[in-house]
Amino acid sequence: MHDEPDSELELTSALVPLFVIAKGRALPADHEYEHTTLVTAQEGTEAAARTLSPEARAVMDLITDGFLSVAEISGYTRLPLGIVRILLAQMAEDGLLYVRNPAPRAERVDRELLTAVLDGLKTRFGA
Amino acid sequence: MYLDPAVSRSVKILVVGHFGVGKTTCIGSISEIEPLQTEEEITEASEGFDDLSGNPDKTTTTVAMDFGRLSLSDTLVLYLFGTPGQERFKEMWEGLSRGALGALVLVDPERLHESFPILDLVEQFGLTYAIGVNHFDSTPDYPLDEVREALNLSEETPVVRCDVRDQGSSAQALITLVKHLMTTLG
Repeated sequence: MHDEPDSELELTSALVPLFVIAKGRALPADHEYEHTTLVTAQEGTEAAARTLSPEARAVMDLITDGFLSVAEISGYTRLPLGIVRILLAQMAEDGLLYVRNPAPRAERVDRELLTAVLDGLKTRFGA
Repeated sequence: MYLDPAVSRSVKILVVGHFGVGKTTCIGSISEIEPLQTEEEITEASEGFDDLSGNPDKTTTTVAMDFGRLSLSDTLVLYLFGTPGQERFKEMWEGLSRGALGALVLVDPERLHESFPILDLVEQFGLTYAIGVNHFDSTPDYPLDEVREALNLSEETPVVRCDVRDQGSSAQALITLVKHLMTTLG
């Protein structure tokens, strides 16, 4: 449709300086905590979570009850993706997270995976 | 809101196209969650922007990007990212194209020339793609052959007509892409 909102062109700036939230830490490596990496909180980490920064705690609260992708965490918390990645890397280091990396890890997409995607789409949409 | 606890694999497909072509609508029509946005940081020349960082050459801005989710089985989840096609978002493409299965390129038959930079990016990042010719109420049905010719597509590249407002139609375009991806495995 022609009336797609032009939000994709909207340039915004953060209210809290990002380096404050990130505590000066650098971004993790490109292949770590990608958009589609799935994470959830480890059990029994509530005590540790209480000592986190407000932003990190918001992330922890969000993923206590189940798996979400890094992109979804950014979407729900409204924290920029880079900040979410930095926070997650730190939390994983502290032993607070389960992490499932996206498929495919390798360069090559395999037939089995594509078949599963195709079957899933057909089942869902009855095509 | 949460994924099935058994989910073990996540994959992504990029939905790309020029501004206003219907990416957000397409994602919204098939996503199982209300589409969300990520804010991504990009650096760009600071000309015309207030520069507070003390770096006169570059400034960091954020750009919002829509995405949706589709659980395909208990163990497999697909994410769809609406990726803007401007050259200045190339940085974002690097992260998004890594590990992507492929791209659905949406085109508006009346603004085909605006799709050239998109196709350049898609090819530059080595993404396999299919073309979805979005149907707008105001436009006549363009022969798909003409679209193929105008965009200078290879014979193998699938070109399908779709109405991205319609779930079944958007899904069919994705299915066409995935089938095409299978043929390119060799």
